[in-house]
Amino acid sequence: MSNSTYITSSCIISNHVVYKNGQPVFENKELGISDFLVSVYRYLNIQYPKFHKMDNLSKLGWLACQVLLQNNFDAAKYKPEETGIVLSNKNSSLDTDTRYLQTTNEIPSPALFVYTLPNIMIGEIAITHGFKGENAFFIFDEFDAAFVEQYVNNLLNCNILQCCICGWVELLNNEYKAALFLIEKNKSTNSIIFTKENLNKIYQVQNG
Amino acid sequence: MDKLMSDLKSQIIAQLNLQDTKPEDIGDDQPLFVEGLGLDSIDALELIVLLQQHYKIKLSNAEEGPKVFKSVRTMAEYITAHQAQNA
Repeated sequence: MSNSTYITSSCIISNHVVYKNGQPVFENKELGISDFLVSVYRYLNIQYPKFHKMDNLSKLGWLACQVLLQNNFDAAKYKPEETGIVLSNKNSSLDTDTRYLQTTNEIPSPALFVYTLPNIMIGEIAITHGFKGENAFFIFDEFDAAFVEQYVNNLLNCNILQCCICGWVELLNNEYKAALFLIEKNKSTNSIIFTKENLNKIYQVQNG
Repeated sequence: MDKLMSDLKSQIIAQLNLQDTKPEDIGDDQPLFVEGLGLDSIDALELIVLLQQHYKIKLSNAEEGPKVFKSVRTMAEYITAHQAQNA
């Protein structure tokens, strides 16, 4: 039997707008994707030099996670192994794979090579926040809220995790969308029940 | 040597995407790894690429790495010695 679990925070980054819990918090429509991601980083006013070394996919997921957790996550409530990350997208790390392939014409770039797997993004988030719980990355044609609900609820209801960051982080060339959700067992202010319908509602409100 | 060290600092910043670092932030003798500039193992590989791309130097002996990449000055000394050998 499944217990109630809750979406306690959400972040969508799409069409050069950052949404936190449904509200736009940052927008910069003038820039290309790389510069836009740097502008979000500057807006967050975080000092994390390794950000600049990440590929665009990892930057997107990392930034969405920063926004997701900001003011909505009490890290002290959980042991490192109790927080997990379950992400998905359509094109895996193809954006960086292509860039890496181009460097092989001369001298292959080790710094690009390390990002030729999409779950490296999970590693970047986990390292930053010290999360050591279960993690997984799935490839789907489109955001599959039903799968996310079932998979994450299973991790939470079986006590493998107490808290999970989940969602969709897709980026290929100039097309991108990040939709991250913080799922916890306890209600908090403005939290809603973790269901596929609510995931889709949040995902589609800022659909782009 | 000063010109070479200055060039190296700019090239290191570009190669390693150290966007929050300026050339003047890197001391000539400042350790590049761990407690100094805080570079990691992937950065070490990128420094090897930098030597190949900019100075046509292939680091053939991996054990030389820690000595060569200790600081900007040791890199400059290695490049200068290599160029003198091949002059």
